[in-house]
Amino acid sequence: MHKLNNIVYLLALMILPATAAAEGDDITWNTVLKSQFFAGKNIEESNTVIELDAPYRAEDPAIVPVKVTSKFPQSKDKYIKKIWLFVDKNPFPFVGEFEFFPESGKADLALRVRVNTYSDIRAVAETNDGKFSMTKKFVKASGGCSAPIGADLDEAMKRLGKVKFRLDDGVQSGQPALTQLMISHPNLTGMQMDQMTRFIRKSHFIDQLKVTFNGKPVLNAKIDIAISADPNFRFYFVPDKAGELKAEFTDVSCESPTSRNVCSKGGSYSQSYTVSP
Amino acid sequence: MKFVLLLAGLLISYSTMALPPLSFSQVAPGVYLHTAAHHWPDRDNHGEIANIGFIVGERCVAVIDSGGSPQQGAALRNTIKQVTAKPVCYVINTHVHPDHIYGNIAFKEPGVQFVGHHKLARAMATRGDHYLGRAAELLDIQVNQDNIIPPDIEVKDNLTLNLGNRELLLTAHPSAHTDNDLSVYDKTTDTMWLADLLFLEHIPVIDGSIKGWLSEMERLEKNHYKLVVSGHGHLVKDWPASLQPQKAYLTGLATEVRAMIKQGKTLEQAVNSVGLPAKKNWQLYEQFHRKNVTIAFAELEWED
Repeated sequence: MHKLNNIVYLLALMILPATAAAEGDDITWNTVLKSQFFAGKNIEESNTVIELDAPYRAEDPAIVPVKVTSKFPQSKDKYIKKIWLFVDKNPFPFVGEFEFFPESGKADLALRVRVNTYSDIRAVAETNDGKFSMTKKFVKASGGCSAPIGADLDEAMKRLGKVKFRLDDGVQSGQPALTQLMISHPNLTGMQMDQMTRFIRKSHFIDQLKVTFNGKPVLNAKIDIAISADPNFRFYFVPDKAGELKAEFTDVSCESPTSRNVCSKGGSYSQSYTVSP
Repeated sequence: MKFVLLLAGLLISYSTMALPPLSFSQVAPGVYLHTAAHHWPDRDNHGEIANIGFIVGERCVAVIDSGGSPQQGAALRNTIKQVTAKPVCYVINTHVHPDHIYGNIAFKEPGVQFVGHHKLARAMATRGDHYLGRAAELLDIQVNQDNIIPPDIEVKDNLTLNLGNRELLLTAHPSAHTDNDLSVYDKTTDTMWLADLLFLEHIPVIDGSIKGWLSEMERLEKNHYKLVVSGHGHLVKDWPASLQPQKAYLTGLATEVRAMIKQGKTLEQAVNSVGLPAKKNWQLYEQFHRKNVTIAFAELEWED
């Protein structure tokens, strides 16, 4: 009878993928991510610090727009220090760690990520009082012919390192101004099917990003392959006077798509934009 | 116990099922086409949703797209055997999407050469693991790395294959539907096999470059063909008239997306507002339109 139960269990496991994944689960979070990134921390699930927007269905798994909105403005007394983003079920769930400052104005962040399969997207915020809060959204990755890669890697490669700033809403002195930073980079996840196709391509992605205004920090980020090709970020800064908005970033190449133990440094890039409120 | 048997029955039913007959019509002398119905690839249709076919020469046969599952590939191989005693010498993959390549394994034997765009092998390498990893769950088919067969012959610009007194002219296109689109022109019957460079009824799907696709259409539109075979849609006998709905859709999409980028609108805003009236014109609009807007936006925002 015991054997029979095992068979039932095995068979059930085999057909499970068909019905599973109607909503997210906390398995990866509880077993891996929490201890890896927040060991010993108490994290409250709440929407009072940040809110997370993501489409219920990822129309293109290579480009899924995600937005974190902070529930209060940044001030010296109360501000969001860091926001982490994860896509639980991606082969490498860590999307990025974003550091904000009182001078950022608002700790809002919009970006585009890769979502490999049905997964929770998770945002964790640390406020200056040392408290952590977390919010999550379930995203259904689209199947069909899509892949979380990017459609035209050669085009992105040709433009590599090209950077654009857009301040479409204009700037007012002393008010948080919405900035869009666009970086052309294929952000390669790495290829694995080398035994058949002879393609052995390492990952190649932007790992560090620093944005400053007149030399003062606006946004510091540590990012990874879950960021879509041609990384695109929207965030705020406070232009108190005319000056220079500057983005500096580096890229890196790693042997394995899912380990960061063996990586070699790539290039350093920098681009400035003159702001006059 | 009954429960166990039921489960076991479900698991083996598909793999042991007799191969379903594949309907083919001879659309021109020696040109055989299976026209698929328009469906989202799922566990019921196993991803067998693309037009596939073959062309018979005096010496041998060229398969053009092998089908969406190993089973469909095997059914295609059986059909060919019923039609002709000549061997298959080429399997041409028009691009990387699973509904066009998962039948390849049925033809893997000495004497058969696989043919594709020079970027096909790379696309297989970058996407293969992802496609394979989800095939059991999404399509209810069993595939592994053996099912992804990179081309033996890579086409850089053009290549002529001779099937014995019958020449096929293969063209590797710049990035359009995908970055590895290959078309096949049969000189004997003036038939242009465009595969997924042309969609009819089924909404066009951008997985390469909207700009590239628009310029390829402009070029192809000037040519005269007696017959044109699409990857998804009916057989075309009125080229270039049948190209116009696709051209209008993609042109409109590019125009609207460019306008939104110029106005400083975001990708999220574009996805929710561009091309809504096109819904009435296309099947599978809900499944693909917003993806198209997304991919077009991400390309066109780098134009200037």
